Amino acid sequence: MDRLELQGLSKRYGRLRVFQGLTAEVRSGQVLVVAGPNGSGKSTLLRIIAGLTHPTAGQVCLFRDGRLLSPEERRRQTGLVAVDVALYGELTAWENLSFFARVRGLGLSPEEGEALLAGVGLAGRGDDLVQNYSSGMRQRLKYACALLHRPGLLLLDEPGANLDEAGRAIVEAIIARQRQNGLVVLATNDPREVAFGDVVLHLGARP
Amino acid sequence: MRTVRLWCAAAWAICAKDLRTEFRTRYALSAIGLFAVTTLTVISFSLGPLGLERDLLGALLWVVLFFSAMAGLSRTFVHEEEAHTAPALRLAASPGAVYMGKFLFNLLLLLALEAVVLPLFVVLMGLEVGHPGAFFLALALGDLGLSGVTTVVAAMVAQAGARSALFTVLSFPLLLPLLVSSIEGTRLALEGKDIGTVWPSLQVLLAYAVAMITAALLLFPLIWASPTRSR
Amino acid sequence: MRRIVRFWIEDRRPTGLAPGKIALGLWMTAVLLAAFLLDARRLGTLGQGARIIFFHIPVAWVTVLAFILSSIHSILYLAKRSRTNDRRAVSAAGLGVVFCLLATLSGSIFARITWGAFWNWDPRETTIFFLLLFYAAYFALRVAVADEEARATLSAAYNVLGLVVVPFLVFVAPRLSALAGLHPEPILNVQGRLDMDPAALGVFLAALVGFTGLFFWAYDLNNRAMDVEERLFEQEVEHGG
Repeated sequence: MDRLELQGLSKRYGRLRVFQGLTAEVRSGQVLVVAGPNGSGKSTLLRIIAGLTHPTAGQVCLFRDGRLLSPEERRRQTGLVAVDVALYGELTAWENLSFFARVRGLGLSPEEGEALLAGVGLAGRGDDLVQNYSSGMRQRLKYACALLHRPGLLLLDEPGANLDEAGRAIVEAIIARQRQNGLVVLATNDPREVAFGDVVLHLGARP
Repeated sequence: MRTVRLWCAAAWAICAKDLRTEFRTRYALSAIGLFAVTTLTVISFSLGPLGLERDLLGALLWVVLFFSAMAGLSRTFVHEEEAHTAPALRLAASPGAVYMGKFLFNLLLLLALEAVVLPLFVVLMGLEVGHPGAFFLALALGDLGLSGVTTVVAAMVAQAGARSALFTVLSFPLLLPLLVSSIEGTRLALEGKDIGTVWPSLQVLLAYAVAMITAALLLFPLIWASPTRSR
Repeated sequence: MRRIVRFWIEDRRPTGLAPGKIALGLWMTAVLLAAFLLDARRLGTLGQGARIIFFHIPVAWVTVLAFILSSIHSILYLAKRSRTNDRRAVSAAGLGVVFCLLATLSGSIFARITWGAFWNWDPRETTIFFLLLFYAAYFALRVAVADEEARATLSAAYNVLGLVVVPFLVFVAPRLSALAGLHPEPILNVQGRLDMDPAALGVFLAALVGFTGLFFWAYDLNNRAMDVEERLFEQEVEHGG
C-alpha cells in the first residue's frame, strides 16, 4: 500500500454540517490520527474512508504500486475495528473468524485460526459464543477478524476502547506491524493514542 | 471462472451463517411457523366443516404462505442492522454474494414452512393433490419469485423505520402478479389438470422469477451500499 | 416569505409560458363545456353516463404517463446521483397519485353506471388499483427513511422494481377477473374508437390533450417550487455553518 489521499471531504446530514474540505495524505509506514472531541465526525470520517458511507463532496483515493484502487479493490484491502461495528453474537469466535475468511474467499485452517486468536490474547477461547464474551474480549476478537485478510489499510475507531493494559499493548504491537507494509488510520481522543500519529487531523467541535 | 466460484462460496458462507444462527435462535422460524399454524387453525375450524373446493384451497394456501413470509422473511436483513453486524458484512463481502446468500436462506425458510404447512393442509383441510408434479413445480417456481422479491425488499426495509408494516406494504404490489399466477397454477394442479394446462401459469412464474431476481441483482449493490447513520 | 417571493422573481423563466397557461385554461374550459353540452345521443347506447369517458380515460392515461416519467427519473437518479432527478421522480409520482385517485374514482362511478357494481376486478380496474397501491408504498418508503441519500436511492430502486413488475401485471390482470372483461368494448377498443361519433371523438381527443397539458403545467409548477426550496435550503446550510 503506497498512500491514502483524502481530497476535499465534506459530510453533511441534512442541515447538519459534520466537516468540510478535509484534505490529508498518508504514506506507507505512516499513521494518520483523526482527533477531536465527541461528535466531531471522527467515526463518520473513518466510515467514509472504509467506503461504508458516501461523502457529500470530495473523494478518498487509495494507491497501491502507483495505481489508484477501485472502490471494490479498496474494500478488499480494508480492515475496520470500531466500537459500533459488532461481530456475530450467536456464533463462536472461531465461527466468526471462519465466516469472515470464507466470505473474503480465503481459507482458514483451525491452526491458523488458533494462531490469530492467540495473537490477540484469546487463545483457547475459540469455542465460546461471542455473546458470552466480555466487551474487552469482543474488542480483541474484532482485531483478529479485521486482520485475517492482511489488509493494506487498517482503520481503528477508538483502538483502546474496552481494553485493559495487556489489550492496549497488543494493539500497539498490531499498529507497529501494520505500519511496516501498510497504512493505519486511527480515530481517537485519547492523548496516548494521538501520540502514535505521524499525521494528525484535528476535527473541530460542532458549532 | 474462479471469481464465480469464489462468489458462490461467499454466498453459501453467508447462507450457512444465517442458517446456523437461525438454528440456534429460531427467531424467524418461530415467527413464520407460529403464524402459519395459527392461521391454519383458525381457517380450519371456521371453514373446515364446509368441505372447501380445491379452488379455494389453492388460494388459501398462498394466502397463508404470503402472510407467513411477511412475518419472517425480513429478519435476515433487519437482524443484521439491529445487531450492528451489517457494516462488517458490507466490508467483507461483495454485494452480489450477500444477496444470493440471503436469497438462498429465505428460500430455505420458505421450503421449511411448506414442509409444515402442506401436511397440515392435508390433515386439517382435506387437501387432495390431483397432479403432484405440476403442484410442486408451481410451488417451487412461486417460492423462487417470492424469495427473490422479499429478499431485496427486506434489504430496503432494514434501512428504514416502521419495518414490519413497511415490509408488507412494499412487498404486496410487487408480488401481485406472482400471487395471481401461483394461485391459478396451484388451483389447476390441485384439480389434476395435465401439465399442458398448467404450463402457461408456470411460464409466467418462471419469467417473473428470472426478471425479478435479475433486477434485484442489478439494484442490490445500490441498495446495500446505501449509507445509514450509525446512530 | 419575502425570500420566497424574491426567488420567484429571480426565477428567470421565459415569459412565453404565460400565454401558454392562458391558452390551456381556455382549452380546458372549452373541453368541459363540450363534454357536458354535447348531444348525449352521439355517445351511443350508454347515454348521459358516457360523458365520464371524457374525464376517466384522459385521467387514466395521465396516470400512466406520470408513472413512466417517475420511473425514467428514478433510473436517471441511480445512474447519475443527481438530486434533481430525485425531485422530479417524486414530483411526477405525487401528481400520479392524484390522477390515479381520480381515475379510480371516475372508473368506479362509470362501472356503477354501466354494470351496476362499483368494483369488479376487471383487468383495467386491477391495473389502476395496483398503481394506487404501488404509489402508496413508494411514499410510505420515502417517509420511513430519514437519511436523504438513502431515501432517494431506495425509492428510486423501488420505482425500478415496480417498472419491471408492470409488464407481468398487465399480462396477468385478465386472469384475475372471474368474469369476462367488463370494459365497454364498442367504444373503447381500437376499432371501437373509430365507431365513436366524430363530434364525440373530437371532444375526447381534445380532453386527452387538455389533461396532458394540465399535468405538465402542474408538474412544471411543482418542480419549480421544489427547486426553489432546494436552493433556499442550500443557502441556509452554507450560511448556517
